Amino acid sequence: MTLTRAPHRVAEPPTTGLRPRRRTWGQALRRDWQLYSLAVLPLLFFLIFRYLPMIGNVIAFRRYEPGGDLLGEYWVGLRYFEMFLNDPTFWQVFANTVIIGGLTLLFCFPLPIVLALLLNEVRTRWLKGFVQTISYLPHFLSIVVIAGLVFQTLAVDGVVNQGLRALGQDPVAFMQDPAWFRTIYVSSEVWQTVGWGTILYLAALTTIDSDLYEQARVDGANRWRQTWHVTLPGIRPTMITLLILNIGTFLAVGFEKILLLYNPLTYSTADVVATYLYRVGIVSGSFSYAAAIGLFESLIGLALVLGANTISRRTVGTSLW
Amino acid sequence: MVRPTRGYRVFQAVNGFVLAGVVVVTLFPFVNIVARSFSGEHEIRSGQVTLWPKGFNLTTYQNVMSDPLFWINYRNTVVYTVAATAISLVLTTCYAYVLSKHRLRGRALLVGVAVFTMFFNGGLIPNYVLVSSLELRNTLWAIVLPNAINVFNLLVMKAFFESLPTELEEAAAVDGLGTYGILARIVLPLSKAVLATMLLFYAVQFWNSWFAGFLYMDRQELFPVTVYLRNLIAGATAGTDITASSETALQVAASIQAVTIVLTMLPIMLVYPFIQRYFVSGVMLGAVKG
Repeated sequence: MTLTRAPHRVAEPPTTGLRPRRRTWGQALRRDWQLYSLAVLPLLFFLIFRYLPMIGNVIAFRRYEPGGDLLGEYWVGLRYFEMFLNDPTFWQVFANTVIIGGLTLLFCFPLPIVLALLLNEVRTRWLKGFVQTISYLPHFLSIVVIAGLVFQTLAVDGVVNQGLRALGQDPVAFMQDPAWFRTIYVSSEVWQTVGWGTILYLAALTTIDSDLYEQARVDGANRWRQTWHVTLPGIRPTMITLLILNIGTFLAVGFEKILLLYNPLTYSTADVVATYLYRVGIVSGSFSYAAAIGLFESLIGLALVLGANTISRRTVGTSLW
Repeated sequence: MVRPTRGYRVFQAVNGFVLAGVVVVTLFPFVNIVARSFSGEHEIRSGQVTLWPKGFNLTTYQNVMSDPLFWINYRNTVVYTVAATAISLVLTTCYAYVLSKHRLRGRALLVGVAVFTMFFNGGLIPNYVLVSSLELRNTLWAIVLPNAINVFNLLVMKAFFESLPTELEEAAAVDGLGTYGILARIVLPLSKAVLATMLLFYAVQFWNSWFAGFLYMDRQELFPVTVYLRNLIAGATAGTDITASSETALQVAASIQAVTIVLTMLPIMLVYPFIQRYFVSGVMLGAVKG
């Protein structure tokens, strides 16, 4: 992926008269067989563990017996798709997915930009480094540890309820209350990702030409206007690239974290497409039905990335490829 | 240097306040969990433990550490992490080196094969069916193989190899060294920093992973420690009816959970201050050059 619009690669040397034609595959293999041999195992990995599962999605259109044929027994057409499109639970979890994904995008995309701009104004180097080091920390922890911290912090005897009690409020059973789930999910997501999310912006900020700030000052721009007219345009390609990537993973909302945080009491707000298909497919064994839902989700994800990328290329000229 | 305006000085004060808030909010849950892990059950239950242990004791640590399953699972995590990191590092290095050679016929296709998987994947069910029918369940390979190459890491390494000067390799080729020799004797010694970064990326990824172990391991003596912790958490919350007895169980679990959380994150926390900058440089390399 490229964060800049500048050509990022040195052009190949121009073809001379001595080498007018491209090498054929036979010549290329003879010359570079050692290089190709290094690619064999990685290619096998991609074909078996990435592309075979894509093909494995045909079980969404076929009857699959657990333990039977990898690609299913016989064709059933769109039966499983009709089934889930007529399944009210599916639409409930789809709505939950869109809401949680939307809230995550709304908070987890802009907050790292704000934090990066604030860090950029810190002139004391060690202080800036200290805040960065601390704020990156949650990124390195297992999602299970994060879930554990959430449970402990929000327990009836946890610090949040201690605060409520100090204010004379009744304690809240946060993890059992569907009304709280989205707030808990999004705030823990912000807590874990906001610091690490600043890295790319801080990198982009260092590439802004300081002459631009000088000129802006000469033109009488104050700090605020400098930020608006120099800094933000300077990090715009980074912002757009990350926005496209965020939109692409919109529906793939933190499946593992929700699986750890939710329980039957909070399904009404917490259950998303990924957790629903996990329960339907792996827990209940309806593999074909769950594969149909999964395929639908993957295709929407791909369409979102391609759509966002196209719109971005047409309107602002920045794109992933 | 222009003298800062009054408004800017106010901004700096507010900024310092906000950033101090970020630091406090980030650290608070960690301090709290450590305090809980050293506290007595009664003090935790009555909501007295905030930033400092109350009813200090090491009994819970002794209890958790005397559970043989905890150590078996901890050892599993170490074994899985070492094996998976080694295999991932070799595969990623080989493929990244191939992709960095622009003269190679079919290079664009090889890049495309990898990059496409960033945007489209088979999904949970086909992966599960695949791993099951390859009979990898309950083996190390179920954790190692399905995630052997991380495409982001691959692109970081590719960018690094592309940034190396080509003259050395060309000179070595003239001296009659083959591709394997050039990679082993010229390129890899120059790439120690990026290899260290990749090692850390993969090691942290596999150390922290839980879902593959949860999904593909049927016996508890095969679980990684993250699944051990997950089962503690799930055990404490699965009960929907809060009766007196289950509440006791829940609270006993609370101090055990705190200890297990601390012990699970301890290795990462201990090395974090020393490895953090490698991560940052790795991400920057991937982002700016990839």
